[in-house]
Amino acid sequence: MTPRLRRLAPQLLTLIAVIALVTAYFPSFLSVELSDGRLVGSAIDVLKRGAPVALLAVGMTLVIATRGIDLSVGAVMAICGAASAWAITSGYGLAPALAIGLGAGVLCGLWNGLLVAVFGIQPIVATLILMVGGRGIAQMITEGRILTFSHEGFAFFGAGNVLAVPTPIVIWICTGIAFGLLVRRTALGLLIESIGINRPASALAGVNARVLLIAVYVASGLCAAIAGIIVTADIRGADANNVGLWLELDAILAVVIGGTSLLGGRFSIAASLLGALIIQTIDTGILLAGFPSEFNLVIKAGLVVVILVLQSPKLSPQLSRRLKRARGTGAPRDPKEATE
Amino acid sequence: MNARILPLYATIVIFLIAYLICYIQFPAMLSTRVVGNLLTDNAYLGIVAVGMTVVILSGGIDLSVGSVIAFSGVFVAVMLRDTDLHPLIVFALLLGITTGFGAAMGALIHGLAMPAFIVTLAGMFLARGAAYMLTIDSVPIDHAFYDVLDAYYRMPGGGRLTLIGVVMLVTVFAGMIIAHRTRFGTSVFALGGGEHTARLMGVSVGLTTVKIYAFSGFMAGLSGIVFSVYTGSGYPLATVGTELTAIATVVIGGTILTGGSGYVFGTLIGVLTMGLIQTYIVFDGSLSSWWTKIVIGLLLLLFILLQKGLLTLGQRQRSSPT
Repeated sequence: MTPRLRRLAPQLLTLIAVIALVTAYFPSFLSVELSDGRLVGSAIDVLKRGAPVALLAVGMTLVIATRGIDLSVGAVMAICGAASAWAITSGYGLAPALAIGLGAGVLCGLWNGLLVAVFGIQPIVATLILMVGGRGIAQMITEGRILTFSHEGFAFFGAGNVLAVPTPIVIWICTGIAFGLLVRRTALGLLIESIGINRPASALAGVNARVLLIAVYVASGLCAAIAGIIVTADIRGADANNVGLWLELDAILAVVIGGTSLLGGRFSIAASLLGALIIQTIDTGILLAGFPSEFNLVIKAGLVVVILVLQSPKLSPQLSRRLKRARGTGAPRDPKEATE
Repeated sequence: MNARILPLYATIVIFLIAYLICYIQFPAMLSTRVVGNLLTDNAYLGIVAVGMTVVILSGGIDLSVGSVIAFSGVFVAVMLRDTDLHPLIVFALLLGITTGFGAAMGALIHGLAMPAFIVTLAGMFLARGAAYMLTIDSVPIDHAFYDVLDAYYRMPGGGRLTLIGVVMLVTVFAGMIIAHRTRFGTSVFALGGGEHTARLMGVSVGLTTVKIYAFSGFMAGLSGIVFSVYTGSGYPLATVGTELTAIATVVIGGTILTGGSGYVFGTLIGVLTMGLIQTYIVFDGSLSSWWTKIVIGLLLLLFILLQKGLLTLGQRQRSSPT
């Protein structure tokens, strides 16, 4: 347990620092109360609004671990939201609507995965195609309108509660745990890391890189589909233009804050989820603390630069060497090397 | 024949065929009015795409340009509103800022050895945030000098060849010379072919990287000025996503995204192709604007697959014993 805690320590400390900062400006930030049979409060709000980015970050972590990137997740959210909203308004019922939404996400992931793994196209380019074209497809499904619906069962996924906890929170935590168990309790996580570190070498060692690569993009598409369904259910309408707009950048940022290197290799889903929470706490905190929201982007930029310096392959060996000398121990301290 | 020029030919042929189809359906497409508008409406995109072409030729990417354009527009508008400076001085100040901003990103990319993607992503947040901090409103530009900048030459047939359209064409021409005829351009191509080989060839990698992103920053600033002339205002929410449109036009223009191969002239054709699709949708009247996105996505796919095929073909030729 200790190595895992050490891996998460920088993210946990950052999150605690950010929460402390917000609480200093807005004392009731952490107070949570039960009203009308559900939990309300700023902290709950952060957890709920952070759901889409957290979900995207789960899939994005796996993709980035293979040294890839998935730019299309925002557009995939729009497609899946539009598809399930279309199914609901056409009277297909709840289960088929969810199946259509999730199926669309899997299809999008399969498309990205095929382009990357079979055609050998750079991930950033391959997923750019769907990022540009995807919103067009989503608008084709909604016929350029905002498809609204009133279906309590479907709205439950965005605005409902499970045991007083808003459904989106339950969904993203469960998804995170499910993926975490899947990759860490089997050899999958190790194999994904090996592809990210050196694909030809792992292929020679007998790893089926092609199938695994397709699988991580499918996983990313599936996570984007769940996020799309949550957002669509929350606003009870499919807005092809705005659902998930620029969320891919937030998701990538969450993964980078989580200490997973864009150069592939070791990853941690839990750290990415903490990264998503840090971003959302900053977003909400700036509003609550009464700062103009204009500062939001500048703070995010500053955060990225600090993390880049910490992660830099040129600087980190020097930093860890200096730390080693200071502590007299051999334990590497920077986030990349401190992976379990 | 050189296989590298094939994507450029393919781009030109596709553009000409597309124009022919449009012309057969709407003969007015060939009028100077449409041609003039095509240049004017896409002037800012063409200028920023020239900078993006150089960045992509070097194997990098610059996600910050859309935000920098928005920042430039806001900066010019706010400076003209709050100070008595002449627009030309403001332009010079602005170009200094954006060029320095680009150079700083280049220095970070080289100094930290981090992917350009994430460094310029931070730049994108920073530039957009700086634009928000200047103002969150749309600021109109009301200066006598801007009427001069709105100048145009009336072509035969009533079309307007505007100043900003000409600026775009001149920029593309300058970009062609810089990329294909100077030492800096050669270094850019060498860097795109591979950082290690470039270093062995004696290219100063760090300095070239800084120059490349400074060039892109300069182009984004110039594009921002043109955009402010085009819209007559500065708005911090403008040109969201322009960086992706610019990357798409570069790819459609036949430049290979891994770097090291491409033509600035192709980018101009890419920009015009994108403008043509939009013009066609306007002419048709019954098509939705979302068809633009789908057609551009399909064109991207087509060109990427074409390039991939050419690359594999080239590798097979090289590896086969002759």
